[in-house]
Amino acid sequence: MASHSAVLSMSKIMSPFWGRRLGNTTKVFGTTLTSHRNKTLLPPPPAKYGGRHTVTLIPGDGIGPELLNHVREVFRFSCVPVDFEVVHVNSAVETEDDISNAITAIRRNGVALKGNIETKHTMPPSVKSRNSVLRTSLDLYANVMHCQSLPGVQTRHKNIDIMIIRENTEGEYSSLEHESVSGVVESLKIITRNNSLRIADYAFRLAREKGRRRVTAVHKANIMKLADGLFLQCCREVASGYPDITFDSMIVDNTTMQLVSKPQQFDVMVMPNLYGNVVSNVCAGLVGGPGLVPGANYGRDYAVFETATRNTGKSIANKNIANPTAVLLASCMMLDHLKLYDYASLIRNAVLTTMNETRLHTADIGGQGTTSEVVQSVMRIIQSKGQLTSEL
Amino acid sequence: TCNRRHVSTYTPPPAQYGGRHTVTLIPGDGIGPELANHVHELFRFCCVPVDFEVVNVDPSIASEGDINNAIMAIRRNGVALKGNIETNHNLPPSYKSRNNLLRTTLDLFANVMHCQSLPGVRTRHKNVDIMIIRENTEGEYSSLEHENVPGVVECLKIITRTKSLRIADYAFRMAREKGRRRVTAVHKANIMKLADGLFLQCCKEVASGYPEISFDSMIVDNTTMQLVSRPQQFDVMVMPNLYGNVVSNVCAGLVGGPGLVPGANYGDDYAVFETGTRNTGKSIANRNTANPTAMLLASCLLLDHLKLHAYAGMIRRAILTIVTETRLHTADLGGQGSTSEVVQSIMNAIQSTPYGPLTFRVYGPFI
Repeated sequence: MASHSAVLSMSKIMSPFWGRRLGNTTKVFGTTLTSHRNKTLLPPPPAKYGGRHTVTLIPGDGIGPELLNHVREVFRFSCVPVDFEVVHVNSAVETEDDISNAITAIRRNGVALKGNIETKHTMPPSVKSRNSVLRTSLDLYANVMHCQSLPGVQTRHKNIDIMIIRENTEGEYSSLEHESVSGVVESLKIITRNNSLRIADYAFRLAREKGRRRVTAVHKANIMKLADGLFLQCCREVASGYPDITFDSMIVDNTTMQLVSKPQQFDVMVMPNLYGNVVSNVCAGLVGGPGLVPGANYGRDYAVFETATRNTGKSIANKNIANPTAVLLASCMMLDHLKLYDYASLIRNAVLTTMNETRLHTADIGGQGTTSEVVQSVMRIIQSKGQLTSEL
Repeated sequence: TCNRRHVSTYTPPPAQYGGRHTVTLIPGDGIGPELANHVHELFRFCCVPVDFEVVNVDPSIASEGDINNAIMAIRRNGVALKGNIETNHNLPPSYKSRNNLLRTTLDLFANVMHCQSLPGVRTRHKNVDIMIIRENTEGEYSSLEHENVPGVVECLKIITRTKSLRIADYAFRMAREKGRRRVTAVHKANIMKLADGLFLQCCKEVASGYPEISFDSMIVDNTTMQLVSRPQQFDVMVMPNLYGNVVSNVCAGLVGGPGLVPGANYGDDYAVFETGTRNTGKSIANRNTANPTAMLLASCLLLDHLKLHAYAGMIRRAILTIVTETRLHTADLGGQGSTSEVVQSIMNAIQSTPYGPLTFRVYGPFI
């Protein structure tokens, strides 16, 4: 077994040299010989020795470090077989060494949990957003966010259950800008057929897996005819292969207007990068705010988990008032990805019980609890379930 | 004699003969024609000294003859009221959006939308009062796309210094005129550093010339999240084209829907008024269920622009009186009223105003 894992991890380390284009030769070593396109049957990442997984942890800035510390506490308390390899990324330096280290670590381990890395406005424009660099280098093409109304949180809209699948690597976030004539800036938005087909395929597969009935593509093809037109066309092509799922499309402005009046009509939504950013933030606002929703970035080979709205939370850093729910739920998603389902549901239930039954809310959802109180409550609930735990 | 750059000292357009203005009317598609008719009725009823020159634009033809006629008519008259012209998806991509073409040709650089909570309309958020100023001619709507490599489309988003300065200047002047305290620029400069960075920098430069107005900026994703949780914190917002589209639709949704908010497109020389969210409303066309409020309030903005303030105020007051009556709400507000009922009630409200204006005597069904 050890040699099998060793072979796998060797091929993982060697894969950066060969690039993705070589296909999935590394995965052939796994016992489950499956089509690499089917995410569900993908074997867990190979960074697993003696039954323990290693996961890269990038604390980030703002509230990232403190919340990820809480995650580590909870994991240690619940005896989750996950070890964290911490990689710091300094957002204040201009060199790309830090983020390259982080990317290498994620390639090694296959899975990561991260806080948001700040993009300083005082740096020159050649310094790209570190989060963006991470997503594009690892080709984490799908950002998945599941917005659900939580019963314990008071919001203006009830019964929201929307799954947002957002293209994560291209679109408006290509960072390709230039100033040919002084005073005139051109920013390129790239839409490619391959990436659009890929994300549409991901969306429909996920919808089928989760038993969803309807996929809505969000676009602005009446104005950006070629770009969003291509995206829409790719979605339609993929939709024809999934006759059990209804497909429709909606222009982004109408979508946002419908979201604030009647969000219950939406089921699964798929869209390019920028609209995904806006729509996911609107949905996060509808279900209770940025502190509640976890997000996941999936690529073919890697997965990175974080909060859905990617806030650094600089203004509330180190004040013990941040809401840990989003990061804790993101860590549960990570455990699901690692196939540690029992631990995932244990922690998830504890978090949701804290939210809904004990009503211990932090300031962002109108309560007075502190971060540490919430985490303590989560750990108490885990202990009361009778599982093996460390000392409190 | 008029300095064209200052909207407030702008003299009314010269198409005024014998005290009557001529205004171009573009009915558009969907619910546009029926609402334009209602505006026509109402104006005739209130004896408003405005004549409409109707120009039809057919969305199914690929030639630009129709829209060029419309543009020429607007150049002649200086002011227009329009419904949304549908952009047919079956036509080739070289066929540009007619609305877009109109806006860029006439250089209507500022789209102004004032979202206010109306007292009679039940919404989840109260006391919303946001003024959205959106750059109307450049940004993501340049319609400059190409496919160099098959399967890879590049779409250009253009941000220029002159236009960003212009829209920022417009926003601050408008904020000052209306006595607003705060202007927020909405951007995504952490990702689009050069493009939105330039926009933000221009806003900051203009802000320095208006010390009594506080200026701040917010990233578009955070803005939309704040809008759905606490919209009361926003005062005036200025932003490039695409964010403006999204944010204005969110705000329209917050105050009650697309049937309530009017929008105005201002340029140096021309002004075009329409509904704020530019919907064609194809699915509810000709069913007498559309909400006429947005179009009627847009016509009041038109009258204000023509300096016919008395008529504008009269019609606006009547509309707001009717909107508070829930039994007359149209379907989009959750009621059962029809468009013609609403318009009829507005006309009754105007007629019953004590010392009211001269109105037509209604002898029978309106032709």
